[in-house]
Amino acid sequence: MPAAIEVKGVSQAFGALGDARRVVALESADLSIPRGELLCLIGPSGCGKSTLLNVMAGLARPTSGQVLVDGEVVRGPLPQKVAFVFQEAALFPWRTIEDNVKLGLAFQGVPTNQRNDRAREALDAVKLTSFAQHYPRQLSGGMKQRAQLARALALETDILLMDEPFAALDEQTRMVLGEDLSVLLARTGKTIVFVTHSLVEAVFLADRVAVFTARPGRIKTILEVNEPHPRQRNFMTSDKLTRMRNELYELLHDEVRRTMEINAEIMP
Amino acid sequence: MSMRDNLSQRGVQIGFVLVAGLAWHWAVSNGKVSPLILPPLPAVWRNFVGIIVTGQFWPDLRVTLTELISAFSLACVAGCAVGYMVSRSAFAVRVFDPLLSSMYSIPAILLYPLYVLFFGIGSGSKIAIGTTIAFFPIVLSTIAGLSNVNRSLVVAARSMGASDWQMFAQVLLPAAFPVVLAGLRLGLVIALLSILGTETIASFEGVGHQIVSNAESMEIAPMFAWVFLAVLIAFTLNGIASALEARGRRGAE
Repeated sequence: MPAAIEVKGVSQAFGALGDARRVVALESADLSIPRGELLCLIGPSGCGKSTLLNVMAGLARPTSGQVLVDGEVVRGPLPQKVAFVFQEAALFPWRTIEDNVKLGLAFQGVPTNQRNDRAREALDAVKLTSFAQHYPRQLSGGMKQRAQLARALALETDILLMDEPFAALDEQTRMVLGEDLSVLLARTGKTIVFVTHSLVEAVFLADRVAVFTARPGRIKTILEVNEPHPRQRNFMTSDKLTRMRNELYELLHDEVRRTMEINAEIMP
Repeated sequence: MSMRDNLSQRGVQIGFVLVAGLAWHWAVSNGKVSPLILPPLPAVWRNFVGIIVTGQFWPDLRVTLTELISAFSLACVAGCAVGYMVSRSAFAVRVFDPLLSSMYSIPAILLYPLYVLFFGIGSGSKIAIGTTIAFFPIVLSTIAGLSNVNRSLVVAARSMGASDWQMFAQVLLPAAFPVVLAGLRLGLVIALLSILGTETIASFEGVGHQIVSNAESMEIAPMFAWVFLAVLIAFTLNGIASALEARGRRGAE
């Protein structure tokens, strides 16, 4: 059985070859993500981690290399296999939460008579049942992201890609949402790739953490967390998490400094 | 907005109109302004009631409204269709949006003599000028609405497998709706203004025609009665359009 996601030598550059403004965001990334794994991508801004996620989702074409999902080359979105959770504002503001979930199901091609039940189930799973008839603008930031997660869960895909889903939230909310997410995802057994800027979030959620270098982004190293899911509150305060967080900090520190220097050169 | 704010807002608006009316009345009854320039308000009112109860207003109002509805419908169809086609490609938006914007800033009324030549002095030239003028805000708002749809919504829909038609009907159209609606309202208002205006330039019927023919024979009080009728039409149409827009917005949010 092939790995859930296979990333083979994926590079992504923006701007034409030979152009002085050409930016190589990602350079020959290789990854093999087994089924049921939660992989976090972490790295300084502009290191190409979101780019890689978009390539995995079929939302961007790599400059070179390829991504295989279930052994099949990705050439465009695969709504039957891959669901995507965005950083922000990806709910349709003119539709209620429930109708947002149902619209996703309609796009995916689920027959009308199944949409109700599946939307209800997904909203139950993220504890938003009582807000089903609310509009996105009536919800807090954390609730909006839970609603987006429900929309993605309702699609019942094996793979879930999440692009900094909690980035816009305050730290306390994201901690609690992280705990909920761990419980929820342990139950579903999905393969998940999760982009984050938060060291704690990465260690708390991931089976493995892929650390990126400064631009042009390469995968510097991959850290194994080795902790069973669902992760509980006591893992958050454990010595192990603190130790791994510090290890991540050491790995990232120089890369973040270098990114700041690169940016200072581009924008003096 | 609270009920109290709403009430005091209305109060100030009504007060403003009352003060203007009182100032008018005071100026005329004290001989500060010649009745040839400003007729006494009671005379205007008598004339206004007169053209309403005798039904004298109807043939001209019908002409003006028919011109307005024809011009607005044509401008809607043409504006939305062209706007949609332009918005489909980023290149076309970059080419046509500035072009249409600069054409919008040319006073189309300058074409009126030409339109009279082409379409005659009757309703045809009014419909043509109304259509031309209303077309621009409608096409520009359609382009703005459709080409500025939040990209994450489009990407999200794409990631979930939306077809081209679903993308248009379920994402682009509802997202653009409030912006397009604002353009439609503006189009309706300026179509009315340009039709009334051109009726005063060259015509033989319509509300604008009545205003100018009364003015030319120094029938100032009846002229003001027709002006009031025109104001009333503008208020009513604007009110209807605002109500529809508010409803559309609520539905779209």
